[in-house]
Amino acid sequence: MADPMRIRAQAAGDKVTVRVLMSHEMETGQRKDSSGKVIPAWFIQEVTAAHNGKTVMTAHWGPSVAKNPFLQFVVKGGKAGDKITINWVDNRGDKRTDEATVS
Amino acid sequence: MRRPRWRVLALACLMPFAVQAQKSTADGIAEYRKMLEDGNPAELFEMKGEDLWKQPRGPKKASLERCDLGLGPGVVKGAWVQLPRYFADTGRVQDVESRLLTCMSTLQGFDAAEIAKTAFGRGEMANVTALATWIAAQSRGQRFDLPQRHAQEKRFYELGKRAFFFRGGPMDFSCATCHGEEGKRIRLQDLPDLRTNPGDGIGFAAWPAYRVSSGQMWGMQQRLNDCYRQQRFLYPGFASDVTIALGVYMGVNARGAESIAPAIKR
Repeated sequence: MADPMRIRAQAAGDKVTVRVLMSHEMETGQRKDSSGKVIPAWFIQEVTAAHNGKTVMTAHWGPSVAKNPFLQFVVKGGKAGDKITINWVDNRGDKRTDEATVS
Repeated sequence: MRRPRWRVLALACLMPFAVQAQKSTADGIAEYRKMLEDGNPAELFEMKGEDLWKQPRGPKKASLERCDLGLGPGVVKGAWVQLPRYFADTGRVQDVESRLLTCMSTLQGFDAAEIAKTAFGRGEMANVTALATWIAAQSRGQRFDLPQRHAQEKRFYELGKRAFFFRGGPMDFSCATCHGEEGKRIRLQDLPDLRTNPGDGIGFAAWPAYRVSSGQMWGMQQRLNDCYRQQRFLYPGFASDVTIALGVYMGVNARGAESIAPAIKR
């Protein structure tokens, strides 16, 4: 199973800044290994963010996103104690969901 | 009508130049690093390292929580800024990575020689790097203060100094060729002068670090291995005496420097 994400969510006023680090290889499918064989593409395809269970963002990602990606976004109307859930699915069907509490 | 318009254009063109001229390349890189700091993927390795430390693993199904990093069994905070140091139980001067090999073999029953032979980033070697990352992170913000009381520690400092200035290989390079003078750089990378304390969070005080260009987490052992590669020298053995001696030399020289590890690099 994939390694856990690192999620930080901080409230300032009525906005919550969420910062997420994901652990993923993000292979483009363009690279070759030492024996000349193409390394198959392997990347996160869909990222979903939920605020207290309600989806606030869905993103479609491609192979051009860097390895171990970093994502930052702002949720309006959030406050300390709220739950932020991040979920990703990659092109192999692997998925990972992690949750953090807004501080 | 035409003239004033040109003047405005010329002014507009000059402005960015004036701003750019004041900002050196190094400033630009520093700014780039600052932007990356917020999302340093080293944190992922930190998390993994913490988990590996506490988890019962290996043939003996034991955790590393009784591992002595120099400040007593299980004490992690502050251990990093005093390594490499002499350990009475092994009778050797050890850095964090070689000490981890000792703990992994004595406490968990892993084969240390087998791990040392593993390529960087693979199998248990990747775990050693993650553990080192977490251990270093526990001393973030503290200042280097390597002990130099034991005769072996003093000997290793002298050995490290000798290795630092030792020229060899097809290019006749030594560590000092690049790191023995102030104000040098390779392409856009500033090279720290490692004969003295290069400052807070520079040189020895910045590793382990996440390499953005390769997406890899590097410990000091891999950093040194790569220095030798760039010198077209023979590769030093993992956790070999020469690598630890260089660690003692750089660490003692960096006394008082603040550790920012795990850092983020280009």
